[in-house]
Amino acid sequence: MMEERQISLAKRHRKDRFFRNLCRVVASTSAGILFILLSAILFEGIGALDTQFLSSPPDPDPELAGLYPALMGSLWLLVLTMVIALPLGVAAAIVLEEFQPRKRFLRRVHGFIQLNITNLSGVPSVVFGILGLTVFVSMFGLFGTEKLPTFEMGANYTDQFYNQGDFILEVPVDDPAAPETVPEAGMTVYTYDGRALELNLLGDDDDWPEDAALAERSLYSWDYPGRNKERSWYYFRIPFGRGVLAGALTLMLVILPIIIISSQEALRAVPSSLRQASLGLGATPWQTVRQVTLPAALPGILTGAIIAMSRAIGEAAPLLMIAGIVFITNAPGNLMDDFTAMPLQIYNWAGRPQKEFHDLAASGIIVLLTALLFFNLIAVILRQKLSKPLS
Amino acid sequence: MSLLMANPPQQAAASSDPPLQPTPTLVPEEKPLQTAIRFKDFHSWYGDFHALQDINLELPKDRITAFIGPSGCGKSTLLRWINRMNDGIPSARAEGNLELLGEDILAASTDVVGLRRKIGIVFQKPNPFPKTIYDNVAFGVRLHMKARKAELDELVEWALQRAALWDEVKDRLNDSALGLSGGQQQRLCIARAIAVGPEVLLMDEPCSALDPRSTAAVEDLMLELRKQYTIAIVTHNMQQASRVSDHTAYMFMGKLIEFGATADIFERPQCQETEDYITGRFG
Repeated sequence: MMEERQISLAKRHRKDRFFRNLCRVVASTSAGILFILLSAILFEGIGALDTQFLSSPPDPDPELAGLYPALMGSLWLLVLTMVIALPLGVAAAIVLEEFQPRKRFLRRVHGFIQLNITNLSGVPSVVFGILGLTVFVSMFGLFGTEKLPTFEMGANYTDQFYNQGDFILEVPVDDPAAPETVPEAGMTVYTYDGRALELNLLGDDDDWPEDAALAERSLYSWDYPGRNKERSWYYFRIPFGRGVLAGALTLMLVILPIIIISSQEALRAVPSSLRQASLGLGATPWQTVRQVTLPAALPGILTGAIIAMSRAIGEAAPLLMIAGIVFITNAPGNLMDDFTAMPLQIYNWAGRPQKEFHDLAASGIIVLLTALLFFNLIAVILRQKLSKPLS
Repeated sequence: MSLLMANPPQQAAASSDPPLQPTPTLVPEEKPLQTAIRFKDFHSWYGDFHALQDINLELPKDRITAFIGPSGCGKSTLLRWINRMNDGIPSARAEGNLELLGEDILAASTDVVGLRRKIGIVFQKPNPFPKTIYDNVAFGVRLHMKARKAELDELVEWALQRAALWDEVKDRLNDSALGLSGGQQQRLCIARAIAVGPEVLLMDEPCSALDPRSTAAVEDLMLELRKQYTIAIVTHNMQQASRVSDHTAYMFMGKLIEFGATADIFERPQCQETEDYITGRFG
């Protein structure tokens, strides 16, 4: 009776072989597709990839165009994003996992926050772009505009005069909205290298002075200035405007759910016996987190950080909302500086009709992928180093 | 050394020399024992489940009290209320009186951190930190004080010696504690617990994951520690309860059925249930 219902051994082995081979085929297909993609990019892009490409700004001539501002912009963004998002995300994960409240109402609040974070991780990044535009760039319009910010530091405004002798004279003004300086006899003006001079005002009928020293400090009464602004490296304003900081904060929104969820999982994976051991010795919850749970979860947290970082460096959509496609020729010099990023530059080049620009886009992708691999490598090494002591 | 400890090492080291006392028997106590921990009309719940019902119990100071009973009878729950480890379980709550040397353990004003320093706990499964042997023992001490290196060295050696582990690990204090055997790990956990200088030591089935030799080592250690620590041990091993404890409590279904001197419980149990359990007819 039982004998008849046996499945033959040969049949079971056949089935086993079939599915093992099927899995192999499917797995190698995906690896193959990746390989084809990468080699196509390499083939197209390697030609234009040289030091000139890495060190030049974009240019209408594809021969001269380079990736430098985008590369630096991406670096700024990545560092800023991680510096902001990692502490925030890990702290949020610690609160949600390790400091769970006992009161029913607070537990509900925790549950609600948890639900929101889980949902946010699935929100398309463009949505975060719009959010970043309202919250960080314009700050709901509550604090003035980018041109006329409520708060500003590290900026110097000057009115510059080019006089008839080709000398530049500067008059500092306090405020970007101040009325234009009108030349007055005897007022103090500054040369381009910072010397203070007394202005020699000429009337309409006066001739241009022969004496060079006098000419250097002369202006006609009808001369008018141009407003110039200089920003220090610590330039800061509220609202943030379309700067690197607003971009990084927006990217932070994109990757924060990823960091929180992966950190939570890492913390959850720490055996509760270790927590109990620590608490049982009279450690406070914070001492337990700081000295037991967090160190044990660190490798997992860093893995999440790597994934988040890869996501951040490749994001184009939210940055497009913040920075737009603008022609930027410099690396960002301060937190509020205009910027572009590698995905934006690649998108820009790829959208042009000429084949040369498509090759530039491929070169850009190679640089992007290399940068990504490089940062991942650093993170992996860091993880190895940190998880080595005894576990 | 000016460490703020209940049981400073010097004093302990001096009294650790005399040989082991034989297992305490029915010798009448010369003076009435001081009560270390008192349960009075104590109830506890997990959600709606009434886990402990009307517990009235006094654990004598500097003695070993064993808790026996079938699984799920509330022994571990009882033990974990003593240093409020149940605080971490949102659904757990308790009513009634629970005192440590006259102090209310359950009061909202009781500082749990300070309480746990006075009441150490050793768990069923050895749970050393993924740190070095030295750091495991020093962990608790570092939580509570800024000890100098020399003081800490001395304290670590003292605790490891008391836990009968020093000779085995003194040459590899900076190796991972996870490389130790299960029995060694459990003794390390005991060393870690006593290094903070507790007055009470709670042991939740400390030998259930250990082989007989390690079990014997831990039992010897308990008898040694008995001189200075009030010990409460939960065990499923009847022989262990009779070997090491001075008093035994038999629990069943969240109730304390019988409590008395170990010899009395094992030789002349008052309740039929207790006798059935001890003789293996039940449980």
